[in-house]
Formats: sequence, structure tokens, C-alpha cells
Amino acid sequence: MRITVDPLKCQGHARCFALVPELFVVDDYGMSSVKGDGTVAPALEDRALLAIANCPEFAIEEIAGEDPPG
Amino acid sequence: MARTSPVTDWSVDFDVLDHDYVADPFDIWDDLRHRCPIAHSDRRGSTWLPTRYEDVTAIAHDVEHFSSLEVAVIPFDGEEPEEPILPYGLPPISADPPLHTWTRRLLLPWFSHTRVAGYEAMTRELCSSLIDGFAARGRADAAADYAQQIPVRVIAAILGVSDSHADMFTGWVRDVLEFADDPERRAGGVQGLINYFLEEIEHRRDRPGDDLLSMLLHSEVDGAPVEQSLVLGTAALVLIAGVDTTWSAIGSSLWHLATHPDDRKRLVAEPDLMPFAVEELLRAYSPVTMARVVTHDVEFAHCPMKAGDKILMNFPAANRDPEVFEDADKVVLDRAVNRHVAFGSGIHRCAGSNLARMELRVALEQWLRRVPEFHLDEGQEVTWAGGQVRGPRLLPVVFP
Repeated sequence: MRITVDPLKCQGHARCFALVPELFVVDDYGMSSVKGDGTVAPALEDRALLAIANCPEFAIEEIAGEDPPG
Repeated sequence: MARTSPVTDWSVDFDVLDHDYVADPFDIWDDLRHRCPIAHSDRRGSTWLPTRYEDVTAIAHDVEHFSSLEVAVIPFDGEEPEEPILPYGLPPISADPPLHTWTRRLLLPWFSHTRVAGYEAMTRELCSSLIDGFAARGRADAAADYAQQIPVRVIAAILGVSDSHADMFTGWVRDVLEFADDPERRAGGVQGLINYFLEEIEHRRDRPGDDLLSMLLHSEVDGAPVEQSLVLGTAALVLIAGVDTTWSAIGSSLWHLATHPDDRKRLVAEPDLMPFAVEELLRAYSPVTMARVVTHDVEFAHCPMKAGDKILMNFPAANRDPEVFEDADKVVLDRAVNRHVAFGSGIHRCAGSNLARMELRVALEQWLRRVPEFHLDEGQEVTWAGGQVRGPRLLPVVFP
């Protein structure tokens, strides 16, 4: 699973960072982005989905078609 | 609130200061969402009241048609001075881009996660000392003795002004927001704030401190200092927006826990739920409604909106929309899917949301740690304020 934050949609609510600080970084202005290339370790996938489900700006997306084989 | 006449049809003649609406607006929103999702009223100038999540968030994102130059829910109906002291109002909340953009960038770092974490210990200590004041009595006013006392002192610390003036600040903020339909009282509150901050600005001209007010005063934007009226407006905004909003959220949350013993017991037994509970209580009892003004005639969701019309950004009703939230009218402490917009949506997302969340969480944690069992004092009345900010003003509770 890989996710991304759309910088044009993010308004700095910081819900994602509060829920999964392992996956997101937030700058001084509250703007969020994914750590690294946004790859989510299997153990964090549920919480990544939680972050998506709690973003009021619908700014976080799962990048489709990148599921690991199997 | 006594000046208003009763409402017979909420879809064409709503009144956000109606006593019953202030105390319990939820059924009215449910009814409007079904039969007229964007209500209208001429009571305080032509004004629209959206109640659906989809409409409220769409309007919030359309800053071209819906300007923030007038954000007051209750229009000022006193005389406007010819040369206003605050020609830009209270930026960035009362500004559109580009003024909004740079004034907001000045403020945001002061309310970042890292900065806010630095205020957590003082907030916890403050809550604890407030509880010390009434713990032995077995009763307290959870709004007046507790909720109301917390955010004003944290904001004072951030601005760098003395918290010994907390009651005075609270009075001015209430005059501006809660008693906005009394033009004299409202103007008096604004004047009190202006005079106070003018004096505080003078103290910081030659001797800046490590505080928000000093930063605003000594910042340079594009090589020029920030105009004094902007410093003044922004400082006043931080106080006005940072006090009775969060106090109302803390008060409403304590009201909920006082009246829903199962939720109270669950939160005491499962403290790990707190981060989710905070979001859910913010959703269910969102305190803040802002306004927008229509810039030019537009038809929005079949409503013929005219330039100059007001829109009341009904974030509290959006957060109860059953199209978006399952069991929207029920508080579900561990709600997993919660895209609530208690702090707004779009470019005007509350700049202090990190601070408000920390204050609400710490205030509830400290309260439940010391007062795990409590309920309303049946012999006493709970009173609510509404309009721009909704929350309990008197909340008498008893505890063993």
C-alpha cells in the first residue's frame, strides 16, 4: 500500500499526523506530507485507512494499482 | 435575545438567537435538511443557512463567490465610524487572499503541534488548580468555574499578556460574540480590546518579548513592518477566537458527560479512547458558526443568492448530516470515520485547532481523573449561549 497527500487540498487540520505520526510529517504551517515515498508497512495499513477516513479535506489518497503481489 | 419574535417557519424566517434554537438546534436542522436544506431569513438582513455537509463545505471552498470580509453571524447595526480603527477587521479570519495568505502565515507557526505541546504542562496545572478550588465542595459550575477559566489563560500566555486580566478579557470577548445583538455592548467590547492592545503594543515597541504580540509588531513582510491596524486586529482575533470557542467545546463536552453516564463511565474506564472522544465531541457539539458574504449574484443549490447576502457557515449542522455520518445524532466515543468540520473547511481552517484540541483533551482528562462521577445539579438551570459560538454558560454539577 502506498499513500499520498495532495498539497493543494491539505489545509493543515493535522488529523493524519495525530492518528499515524509514523506515516506523516507536518510543517510549521500545519501542512502535511507523507514520510518517504508514502509506502505503508503492512502493520500500519489499518491506521493509514483511518487517516484517510478522518481527513476533512479528502486530501489523502491510496495510490491505486500498487498492491504487492500475493 | 429577548428582542426577537417567535419563529413559525424555520425555512423562511429562521432566527439563530431564538431561545429554543440556542438550547437545542438539532431537531430544527434535521427538519431543514429534509425539506429545505438551505434556509433563508430576513431578520438580520438577507441571510442563508445551509444545513448539509456538502453545501457548507462547498461554500467554504468557493472563496470567489463567498468572501470572508464579513464573518460576524450577527451584523453590527450601530453606526460605523468614518475612519475605523480596524479597517481590515480581524485578519486573517476577516480577510480574503492575498491579505489572508500572509497574515495567516504569520500566525500559524505559533499554533503548530510543537508549539502547542509546549503549553500542555501549564494547561494541565491550570486545570488541576481550578479543580482544587471546588473539589471539596461536591459541586461546581463546570462552565463558569472550569471551562471558562482555561483557554483565556493559555491564550494570554501565548500573546504575552498578564493572565491577571483574564476576567476582563472574558468580558470583552463575551460582549463581542455573545452579546453581539446589543450594539452598545458589542462596541464597548471592541473598544476595550483595542485600548488594551494599543497599550501593550507600546510596551513592546522598544522591548519586544518572546510572545505573539511582539512577533506581530516586529515582523517584516516584503521589507516593510506590519501596519499597526493589522497587528491590532490580529491580536484581537487571537483573543476573541481563542477564548469562548474552546471554553464552549469544553463546556458542551462536560454537559454531555454529565447527562450521559454510560459515555462518562466508558471514558473513565478506557482513557485510550480520549483522542477519538475529543473528535466526536467536537463533531457533535461544534461550537462555531462563521459567516460569509456573497460577492456577486449566484445561484447556489437552487438558491438565488444576491451580492451582499450573508451565509451562515453552519459547521455544527454539517457535522450532524446523516448523509455523511452514520448515527449522526448519536455520540459514538470511538467513531472511526470522522471527517468533521468543527474547525471549518478550506483556507480558513481554524488556525488554533491544534491548541483547541490540546486544551479540550487536557481539560477532560484532568476533570475525569479528579471528578470521575458527576451529574447535573437537578435543582439548578443550565443556560446556553448561541449565535456565533454555542456552548453552556452555566453548568451546575454535583459529585460525590
